[in-house]
Amino acid sequence: MPHGIVNDPHVFVSIDPSGIVSITAHRSEMGTGIRTSLPMVVADELKADWSKVRIVQALGDEPRYGNQNTDGSRSMRHFFQPMRQVGAAMRQMLEQATATQWGVSLSEVQATNHEVIHRPTGRKFGYGELARAAMDLPTPPVESLKFKPENAFRYIGHSNIPIYDLFDITVGKAQYGYDIRLPGMKYAVIARPPVVGGRIRSFDATDALKVPGVEKVLELKVSRAPPAAYSPLGGIAVVATNTWAAIKGREALKLDWEDGENGGYDSAGYRRQMAERANKPGRVERNQGDFDKAFAAASKVLSAEYYVPHLAQAAMEPLVATATIRNGECEVWAPLQDPFGAREAFAKLLELPIEKVKVNVTLLGGGFGRKCQSDFAQEAVLLSKALDGAAVKLAWTREDDLHHGFYHTVTYSRLDAGLDPSGKVIAWRHRSVAPTLFANFKPDPKREQSIELGLGLADIALDVPNVRVETGEAAALTRIGWFRSVNNIPHAFAVQSFIAELAHALGSDPKDFLLEIIGPPRKLELEKLGLTDPLWNYGDPYSTYPIDTGRLANVVRLAALRANWGRSLSKGSGLGIAAQRSFLSYVATVVEVSVDGQGKLTIPRVETAIDCGFAVNPERIRSQIEGAAVMGLSNFIGEISFAKGRAEQGNFDNYPVARIDNAPTNVRVHIVPNGSDIPAGGVGEPGVPPFLPALCNAIFAATGKRIRSLPAGDQIRV
Amino acid sequence: MSIELTINERPYIVDVAPDTPLLWVLRDVIGLTGTKYGCGIAQCGACTVHVGKDAVRSCITAVGDVAKPVTTIEGLDAGGNHPVQRAWRDAHVPQCGYCQAGQIMQAAALLAETKNPSHQQISDAMSGNICRCGCYQRIQSAVCIASRGV
Repeated sequence: MPHGIVNDPHVFVSIDPSGIVSITAHRSEMGTGIRTSLPMVVADELKADWSKVRIVQALGDEPRYGNQNTDGSRSMRHFFQPMRQVGAAMRQMLEQATATQWGVSLSEVQATNHEVIHRPTGRKFGYGELARAAMDLPTPPVESLKFKPENAFRYIGHSNIPIYDLFDITVGKAQYGYDIRLPGMKYAVIARPPVVGGRIRSFDATDALKVPGVEKVLELKVSRAPPAAYSPLGGIAVVATNTWAAIKGREALKLDWEDGENGGYDSAGYRRQMAERANKPGRVERNQGDFDKAFAAASKVLSAEYYVPHLAQAAMEPLVATATIRNGECEVWAPLQDPFGAREAFAKLLELPIEKVKVNVTLLGGGFGRKCQSDFAQEAVLLSKALDGAAVKLAWTREDDLHHGFYHTVTYSRLDAGLDPSGKVIAWRHRSVAPTLFANFKPDPKREQSIELGLGLADIALDVPNVRVETGEAAALTRIGWFRSVNNIPHAFAVQSFIAELAHALGSDPKDFLLEIIGPPRKLELEKLGLTDPLWNYGDPYSTYPIDTGRLANVVRLAALRANWGRSLSKGSGLGIAAQRSFLSYVATVVEVSVDGQGKLTIPRVETAIDCGFAVNPERIRSQIEGAAVMGLSNFIGEISFAKGRAEQGNFDNYPVARIDNAPTNVRVHIVPNGSDIPAGGVGEPGVPPFLPALCNAIFAATGKRIRSLPAGDQIRV
Repeated sequence: MSIELTINERPYIVDVAPDTPLLWVLRDVIGLTGTKYGCGIAQCGACTVHVGKDAVRSCITAVGDVAKPVTTIEGLDAGGNHPVQRAWRDAHVPQCGYCQAGQIMQAAALLAETKNPSHQQISDAMSGNICRCGCYQRIQSAVCIASRGV
């Protein structure tokens, strides 16, 4: 993790003489609640009164704050203990300052609720009175820190702290990237090449310049020399006095594009090619036992193929960034998941030392991985430069968002299993064909890379002696990007659907069969898995976060219990179950569906069990899991498809997402209780992967119809 | 062209083309950024405001056609304590929060007309408002809570 972890209270905490404690949130807030939850951890160990805590959003500055790239469900996982250290250290500094002030022994003073008490005399100092003296002390070494015992936590684990921005959100004062306004600011939109790698041949701005409010039209020239990484696409920018004028001006442009080498990208043809590759041997990524031999000896075999299309993050706040350059210094305000990565990109673009670039992180109106890529903010910086440093807000419309995405990949999977006469699975092969996100960073490897293999493909826990995982070739013909849960979505869809299909073929109960194939409680021994590449394990040590089948089976049992699995259901109703270890947490979901005589789907109830290690903010864990079910349904109905290299969907009229009238609104969340000695796992993403297969397994239970290819389209009415 | 508007009980005169959507007048000209852009084609509801008593999508409402006073999220209640706003906080509805101004304005208009809406009526009235974080179940609860306080 670049720039690692910082745990210095001098960096994260300051106390003013009135006693107000300011705590810096260094991770980006996109809806998970992390901007509240991490400072809450500091405040608890600091024994601060939450009503006297203010949260300050950090600038993009990793050398100062440690890693800020808010993705991979890593914030709590990596910063729970460091933030405890920050709070405990500042608390001890306050106690030390008091002891020094009164000339008493440190053992006689104790911090309580925002004050330090001298126990023998009952004398007290408020935190504000001690602030200066405490903050001047050196940071005590980590080994000397005394942490609260769990039963002394006031906020951690208590769900009693609302998100910091709650009031402002309900009155329209919370400030997102789209809400930035600077004096004299210009508004701009860009017409981008409709095909990735395309470029402008010629353009005519005569009519655009006649639109009232349009001030300037200019070509945004960019270098997309490989690796293109997150560099902008270039295009024609329209600069105006307000957003609407810029949009109207862009509509009036006459544009002649050259499409380039991706102009032939066509989803239907591409899918046929992927299917062919999935039906041929690929690169072996895991080879445990001898699949071929066991498969040949099987008394029964089963195969199935699954398809998950490209998806768009479609955060409610489209991409936007505001930039200005004054006196050789650039300042940016933007909803960035990776503010320091963005800052490095801006400095490079402007050929400025990084100290001359300042990045302010606004609230993010959703992110879901799209705002990890800073292309949109780089556009704003380039545009400000082209306008001699003028303040400019570069806005994306929804159409821009869906047409110029860093999309979720597209995946074609083929699974084969061989059974022995007793019905035990003795051979398992999973072939996965998907273009890789890493084509952004190196010559296209044309197959899933180590990180993607570790997202529920090569790392699955199966009590099967002969397992082979292969990848097939698939070139990236558009930009593949981060998407909440990433490749776990298609991998879990294929694996967990196939397990239910095997259960059906055997006449077994799907929950019992799922538990059977997970097998007895054990921590998988990596060297026995036959992995070609070392296991990524979400970037964390396997010794801390092993693949623990006991924890996986436990969430399966818990979800099934809460769903009253096995109960009799009326005709047209059914339950489906699926489970996935992802982002170092374990989640199982039971979806209940009902399909009426007209083939219309409803989802009356969802029961989800999550084991995410120690649960720091259970209330926000519940909200993430509730939302994961909704996004899971969106993943069932949405598709970004390509024709002639162009994304065919442009807005919510043809890129449907779940709405309140079809989404699950009875999602019950069960958090496995763990002590703080069990390391925190991820929360933002792990709820999503099991939902799709659990839904499709439920639809099968209700109707006998097996959905293997997404989007649902006319297979069922949603 | 000068257009007179009443927004949150204050008079404004704005100089814009009459076909400019109310959304962009609110946000870029007047500076009331609580009302959000999400789609521009009345598909997501993020831009919902009240014109008179009606919830409308300001992204497709030409400012020249606005004949009644406009209420935005900033003007729904002086202290931010409209029953819907309080219910939103009691139910901890928001995640990222971006769509919530539109959700709250839509819910407030529903409750002004239907005091005790059923689950189905809430679904129907709120189905034009998208939340990508997926706060729908808490929106259902919050509208019920608010219906007891309107």
